[in-house]
Amino acid sequence: MRSGQASPGGTFGAVKRNWGLYLLLLPAVVLSLLFAYKPMYGILIAFKDYSPAMGIAESPWAGFKYFEKFFNSYQFSATIKNTLIISLYSLVTFPIPIILALMVNQMRPNRFRRFFQTVSYMPHFISTVVMVGLMVILLSPSTGLVGNLYSLFGKEAPDLMGSSALFSSVYVWSDVWQHVGWDSIIFIAALSAVDPSLYEAATVDGASRWHKVRFIDIPMLMPTAVTLLILRVGGLLGVGFEKVYLMQNDLNATSSEILSTYVYKIGLLSSQYSFSSAVNLFNTVINFILLIIVNQISKKISENSLW
Amino acid sequence: MGVLTPVVKENKGKIKNNRSSDTVMEIVMYAVAVIFLILLIYPLYFIIIASFSDPSAVSGGQVWLFPKGFTLDGYQELLRHKNIWIGYRNTILYTIAGTAIGLVVNISAAYALSRKDLRGRKFLSLFFIFTMFFNGGLIPTFLTIRDFHLYDTFLVMVLPFSVGVYNIIVARTFFQTSIPGDLWEAAQIDGCGNLRFFTQVVLPLSKAIIAVLGLWIAVGHWNSYFNALIYLKNPNLHPLQLILRNILITNQMQSGIGSGEAAQLALRLANMMRYSVIIVATVPIMCVYPFIQKYFNQGVMIGAVKE
Repeated sequence: MRSGQASPGGTFGAVKRNWGLYLLLLPAVVLSLLFAYKPMYGILIAFKDYSPAMGIAESPWAGFKYFEKFFNSYQFSATIKNTLIISLYSLVTFPIPIILALMVNQMRPNRFRRFFQTVSYMPHFISTVVMVGLMVILLSPSTGLVGNLYSLFGKEAPDLMGSSALFSSVYVWSDVWQHVGWDSIIFIAALSAVDPSLYEAATVDGASRWHKVRFIDIPMLMPTAVTLLILRVGGLLGVGFEKVYLMQNDLNATSSEILSTYVYKIGLLSSQYSFSSAVNLFNTVINFILLIIVNQISKKISENSLW
Repeated sequence: MGVLTPVVKENKGKIKNNRSSDTVMEIVMYAVAVIFLILLIYPLYFIIIASFSDPSAVSGGQVWLFPKGFTLDGYQELLRHKNIWIGYRNTILYTIAGTAIGLVVNISAAYALSRKDLRGRKFLSLFFIFTMFFNGGLIPTFLTIRDFHLYDTFLVMVLPFSVGVYNIIVARTFFQTSIPGDLWEAAQIDGCGNLRFFTQVVLPLSKAIIAVLGLWIAVGHWNSYFNALIYLKNPNLHPLQLILRNILITNQMQSGIGSGEAAQLALRLANMMRYSVIIVATVPIMCVYPFIQKYFNQGVMIGAVKE
């Protein structure tokens, strides 16, 4: 058998011996090259006056023209502000799934707990389209559930879907409603890995349940929480396109235009390919830098990092 | 809570004791849980009863706990809507084909990456992970798809974006932790190649992860909307979600306009259909998921394990 540590035949031999593994990798590699890496070459059009007739390579260079155009446009501060408001607002809700996980962990494992968990994940499986549809229906001030609730108390309901001022709140809290249960799974998993002897020791020392949560559970969740937080901050400017786009209407337009919807509109709807790509690249680069910075900081202060 | 039990219960070793602060905490916790449960369930329940109710009773705020003026008109209107059935058919086809392709691509790549004796393993992992944080962006990807003549085809919905890096990481971790290395050594001695080992030994041992990924991917396809919005023009290829948007969200903007009896009737029917369409689109996914819930959880947990 040729199963020594010093792979006989060198790298080539090792590859040849395991050719089957490379074959298994082939589809994923080819698809990534074609649909993830090849478009990266297309980023060039952000620096060119792209014309479809000439193609990417032949189109004339434009330097940073499109970046300057974006920085000088009035949409620049508006879209960035809206994007930041929504994502920072979402970041504030980050502890909610943790609180839910701590709660579930305190419940006795019985039918109620199982029912509670099942129900809390359920909204996660609703599609974005249906979710926004639900919001349109339920939040309608005239015919919706919210409208009915208000009229029960003889009050006029606010138009939640058509309000610029409330857009970020509606977006963020509906997201919490939909995903809080699902997001808590990972923390529940982390809690189930806590060594039972810690609780025993705490009980012997006279700790109350609250003490155990405060001094055992919460510290135990920190590594998981920090890792997820890094990822969230890394995506700070990457607020999802789908839901915001679906929630947009003329009434909330001033606070609902974010970077990704702007990229879509100028790019695909008005065919300004180069300009749109420049905006998109700006977005991606900022996210990438944020991710690296946050990861470095976290590495320094807590030894948690993605890489 | 009464008795002080010295015996550590199997689950997480919570020892019951009868401090009064613990009782208070317990009461508060369950109260919060029940409120939370109501907030989660009621909107969903309301949609169900509203779909069976007379729309004027719904908008008049008379429907709270049970359907009022029982009717199936909404569902009947749904049956007449041809687009929904085209969308349904397309979504089923995309989900089946997309899940099959996604499973083959991701599972096989994940297995190869899980093997320690794979040369270039580090580089290959990085090759995939990089695409999670950096991509070409909307326009370059759009141009790529068009260059490959995939725009407005069946294939664009199931092939280009089938590599799921997160899925690969989850599956790779599963293989690393649950397929013992000795197994491969033994198989090798018996003269078994990589491919045969993968199909005849690894896959049968990996039903759990196949189920998890299969369902994640299937849910993704069932709910997907963005790709269809961008890459499909032909209405005969439109998936359910795109058609739902027209019924649930876009129509909303127009329905306010117009008056007269015909318009009133149209509005009435459109309103009724909105409730039933949500049910019809969401129930299939909601029905599967309680059965495979534990696998879903497992998957999230595996994903939480750092490499």
